[in-house]
Amino acid sequence: MSTTDTDPPLLRLGRAMRDNPLIPLVLFLFALVVLLEVLRPGIVMPIRSGRDGLISTFWVGNLIKFAIPLAMLAACQVLTMLTAGIDLSAGIVATVAAFVCATLSSIWGVAPAVLIALATGLVVGVVNGVGVGIVRVHPLIMTLGTGLIATGCLQVYQRLVINAGAEVPTFLSWLGTGRTLGMPNGLYLFVPFSVFVIWLMRYTGFGRLLFALGSNENAAKLSGVRSWQVYIALYALSGLIAALAGLLYLGIIRQPSLSLANPLLLPSVAAAVIGGTSIFGGRGSYAGAIVGALILRVLDTMLTLLQMPEGARTALFGLIILAVTALYVRITGAR
Amino acid sequence: MNDIAALDASGISKSFGAVRALTDAHLRVAAGEVVALMGANGAGKSTFVKIITGALRPDTGKVMIRGQEAHVGSPAQARRSGLVPVYQEPSLIPDLDVGDNLRLGDTPVAAFQSWTEKLGVPDVRLSDMISDLPLATLRILDLARSLAAEPDVLLLDEMTAALPTDLVERVLKVVRERANAGMGVIYVSHRFTEISELCDRASVLRDGQTVGDLPIEPGVEEKAVELMLGQSLNLSRQRSSEDRKVLGGTPRLSAKDLAAGPKLTDVSFDLYSGEVLGVVALEGQGQDELFDVLSGFQRPTAGQIEVDGSPVNFGHPADAISAGLTIVPGDRSEALLAERSVRENIALPFAAQVRNWGPLRLRKERSRVDYAIDRLQIDTRAKGEVQRLSGGNQQKVTIGRWLAAGVQTLLLFDPTRGIDVRTKRQIYPLARELAENGAAVLFYTSELEEVALACDRAIVIFNGRVVAEIDAADADEQTLMRAAYGLMNAEGTA
Repeated sequence: MSTTDTDPPLLRLGRAMRDNPLIPLVLFLFALVVLLEVLRPGIVMPIRSGRDGLISTFWVGNLIKFAIPLAMLAACQVLTMLTAGIDLSAGIVATVAAFVCATLSSIWGVAPAVLIALATGLVVGVVNGVGVGIVRVHPLIMTLGTGLIATGCLQVYQRLVINAGAEVPTFLSWLGTGRTLGMPNGLYLFVPFSVFVIWLMRYTGFGRLLFALGSNENAAKLSGVRSWQVYIALYALSGLIAALAGLLYLGIIRQPSLSLANPLLLPSVAAAVIGGTSIFGGRGSYAGAIVGALILRVLDTMLTLLQMPEGARTALFGLIILAVTALYVRITGAR
Repeated sequence: MNDIAALDASGISKSFGAVRALTDAHLRVAAGEVVALMGANGAGKSTFVKIITGALRPDTGKVMIRGQEAHVGSPAQARRSGLVPVYQEPSLIPDLDVGDNLRLGDTPVAAFQSWTEKLGVPDVRLSDMISDLPLATLRILDLARSLAAEPDVLLLDEMTAALPTDLVERVLKVVRERANAGMGVIYVSHRFTEISELCDRASVLRDGQTVGDLPIEPGVEEKAVELMLGQSLNLSRQRSSEDRKVLGGTPRLSAKDLAAGPKLTDVSFDLYSGEVLGVVALEGQGQDELFDVLSGFQRPTAGQIEVDGSPVNFGHPADAISAGLTIVPGDRSEALLAERSVRENIALPFAAQVRNWGPLRLRKERSRVDYAIDRLQIDTRAKGEVQRLSGGNQQKVTIGRWLAAGVQTLLLFDPTRGIDVRTKRQIYPLARELAENGAAVLFYTSELEEVALACDRAIVIFNGRVVAEIDAADADEQTLMRAAYGLMNAEGTA
């Protein structure tokens, strides 16, 4: 690109980073891991504490295991943020799906339970899509509303099934807690999933339209795009992904509750933002969000290890997210 | 006439980057005088108005109001110094009621109410919400508010556009009365009938200079048009009437009595495959609404569009596109994905329909996009982000989008606005070539010489109606300008 040749080097560096946001993110992730090792020698590299192995596969596996559901919920945020939206119902949808699956498994069997759980996510997503795409409610308000409605419905549902007991399907526990070669089995689900999301964003007409709607909705309209169709499909997909993430999280925690995945919601937004997705739409990368999820998990581990009180941890967590995002924006010039 | 002028702006110049909008503009309005400020599109009229009202600071020259230099840094200061503007768009806050709006500007309520009565809208109450009032009423309220401030100089910028005739009469009468009582008035307008009724004098701008002062007398219209055009550039007409094909049969696109909004009242025309039909109009004569209706952005309130002889009804641009009507809008930023690549911008319509949401057909896409890039010679050195391209190249991308998709009927809305001469010279032959290959092109232009360069014939819209249809061979700028100012009767239709 010849226009960039004449720009000052700092701007060029910024542009290169914006075009490849993964590089600074991965560097930052490694810096955090190194810092963690310095703070608590032996946690990442057990050889220094006299045990086997250069790098602890247990630690890395654990990190990935807990990052996966977060990264899946971050996919909901990345996809909706591309159109300048957001999905605040994702956390609750994941919880609902997990709860429905756990309670129905003991009554109707695993397969119908999983299907019904996924269908709940789809229904909430379609409602979101109709609200955003046809009624034109702001996505923030729409998904907040459906999320609250879903929470209420979940509480009513809990009363109805209170005697049925809960059961975590065995294949979900295998997926959630099992390991192959030291790595969590969740990767069997997550690797194809992330490849699908990246493919969807980059190599399909639907993906193009997500970027187009977020970049300039009028231009998309002028090119013949009926945006309501895209919004319904998008939020339906987001609901489905959230439900899937909820099922996996159920397998990891193995204890359904009424707020199982809710605490993952805001970190999922943070992971997307740290990963370089613009909340104003038109720019974003799922690979970045995955690294963002890993960064958040490492930060969490670090703060836990420092034995901070819960309140201070949460506050510091928020502060770090803001600092990272500000730094990232400063470096890349992206907004 | 006093010695001290109500307003005296002299030696005004203003540049925006390399573009010199004003080189030597001046305007003197004596107390009690009504002066019309005229100029064709792009003459620098709106820049001059902004400088007079204090919204822009001139590079050189100064604006004196009542003999005192107006250090106009902001419109608020200009107001305090005695100059009050009224614009075409109402400047009242829609979510407040009338009384609150008056309080915001410290307008004396009693004076305001006496003016609304004189201006013919006596039944407006102070508790009425601005957003509930019709547009015409708002314009009158704006004027009443300005008059209540008892200005030394009143500037009316196209304020009668789309006002009903009875209200226009009232406005002219009241303004004239105020002028007789000593107020200076600057009247910016395209309408000769109003100018000759109201004004004492017309000051004409051309290419950033004040080129003349005309007393208002019979025949002033012709002189004003001449002054606005200046030395005709006499660009050799690229086409003679001999090489025109005889067009017939069913029109590709046919508009029948179209109306929309307050501005577009009654437009009919036929556009045939193989021709470029020019549309000429001064700003705000309904051409924006016409193109919105044809491209599916707005529904007409009356009339019918026919494509290939059968009536169509567009609820969304997608409907217009499937009927083959594609638009290049006047404002490029409306059509482009600024942060996305040239390729994504051009290929955008390919993915629009649900059945094309699946995997991209990359090979087909690349060949179609490359075809458009080649054909338009788009400079793709900065293809990663369209916003890094020059204005001309951006415009080519918006046109290229429809070349890649296949053109049947192309609606070009002022496609050469604000782009470099070289690109302009590529767009005219492109429009011609598309027509020769069987497309139909509707070409609205704000630059009159483009009609002769690109079009086969042109329709002229004034006040929401087609007032003339002119063959390109006869479309010299003077004829077009006269028609655009509504000075031509039906005999031009030949």
